[in-house]
Amino acid sequence: MTTGNDVVVTGLGATTPLGGDVTSTWDALLAGRSGVKPITADFVERFELPVKIAAQLAVEPTDVLPRVEARRLDRCEQVAVVAARQAWADAGLGEDGVDPERLGVVVGTGIGGAMTLLNQDDLIESAGLRKVSPLTVPMLMPNGPAAHVGLDLKARAGVHAPVSACASGAEALAWAWRMLRSGEADVVVAGGAEACITTITMAGFIQARTMSTRNDDPERASRPFDVDRDGFVLGEGAGIMVLEREEFARARGARVYGRLAGIGTSSDGHHITAADPEGLGQSRAIAAAMRNAGVDPADVGHVNCHATSTPVGDVIEPLAVRRAIGEHPVLTAPKGNHGHLLGASGAVEAITTLLSVRDGIVPPTLNLVNQDPRVDLEVVTGEPRKIDLVAAVNNSFGFGGHNVSLVFTQA
Amino acid sequence: MSNEDIQKGLAEIVEEVAGVAADDVTADKSFVDDLDIDSLSMVEIAVQAEDKFGVKIPDDELANLKTVGDAVKYIAASA
Repeated sequence: MTTGNDVVVTGLGATTPLGGDVTSTWDALLAGRSGVKPITADFVERFELPVKIAAQLAVEPTDVLPRVEARRLDRCEQVAVVAARQAWADAGLGEDGVDPERLGVVVGTGIGGAMTLLNQDDLIESAGLRKVSPLTVPMLMPNGPAAHVGLDLKARAGVHAPVSACASGAEALAWAWRMLRSGEADVVVAGGAEACITTITMAGFIQARTMSTRNDDPERASRPFDVDRDGFVLGEGAGIMVLEREEFARARGARVYGRLAGIGTSSDGHHITAADPEGLGQSRAIAAAMRNAGVDPADVGHVNCHATSTPVGDVIEPLAVRRAIGEHPVLTAPKGNHGHLLGASGAVEAITTLLSVRDGIVPPTLNLVNQDPRVDLEVVTGEPRKIDLVAAVNNSFGFGGHNVSLVFTQA
Repeated sequence: MSNEDIQKGLAEIVEEVAGVAADDVTADKSFVDDLDIDSLSMVEIAVQAEDKFGVKIPDDELANLKTVGDAVKYIAASA
């Protein structure tokens, strides 16, 4: 399985509703803590939104970034830069660990700078053109998070920004894998960022009837696979990995978390928001990822699920897992803890999937009390499950019918 | 308003927008070459200066304000 051309993970960074870094996020997952709280911003009352809860960041990026830098960045760019700096420091590449022309960046976002768009629209309405920030476009463009991370690291092998709704973060990692396997780069910093807990995104998801309205019990609102689930909880944050060609990482004596052994992508061709009801597109992505990884389905012991806590979506993924892998993998669904980070979710969950493989432990699915009988696979609940893992799969699916599966294996 | 007051007020804006310490915003400094302020930040600084000093700084005038001293002189003459 080891070819020297493998892709290894050497650095991790995150800022999530569970914590301001990877360790605090991972600890909260294992401890079964929730990051969901009432929204304090006044727009919820002003527009009488039926959803009054969200998974907001545990640590404000403006508390971490220098003031002037922060004011030039949309919130989704802020979290990307915060997580990328953590991952870069974690990888130990320093100032000159890689030739910038061999360093790539791929950071996806589902929505992009929605907050900037709304704020600047308010400004032109209330005060006219001259009050609109000259930074409006670089703050709202969906390649903004990738571009700022790329600038920060002076990456010159290519900076890319896949946009595929809730699969964006995972698709970024898939893109990074392809860059490394094709030899375009030695190191790629990749992941996803999202921060759009604001009026229009909330209103849009509310009108699509996709969000939980369990406002009186925020910590129990996000409940993937549970019979009483009533929608997802919107989250915000970023997850970033430093990925390297194995040869390059070994030569510099890097600490290796594990391998991104393979990636698989597919598209449903079915409906703009609903997944194929049989999960056919999803299972094709999973199968492709295992094939790319050279991993036998029997060796996949765990699936970190996309399961967002929506009534329709959660029952499809297990069909796909069963079809592509079999009935043996144990599942978990971390959105019960940190809500749905949209374009960041695939990257944050990729990080926790990798840590599951490295540490041989699967976090429990929070708030899963009565498992939907249509979810016909074993889901970890209650306590974390200790399990030796050869390989684990992480799934991400996005509006538009985008499916991305990632296979992680041990170092 | 004295030139000294204008310079002090301008320095506060530059610090707010670009993070340059107000003490470094002296008359002889070039916005671009010395204070490392990009064209986007210059637009923000000009808009804030217009509000603070009650002047108009059209784009073709802004292009001529190379140094902090140029800006102070222009504001003093227009106010």
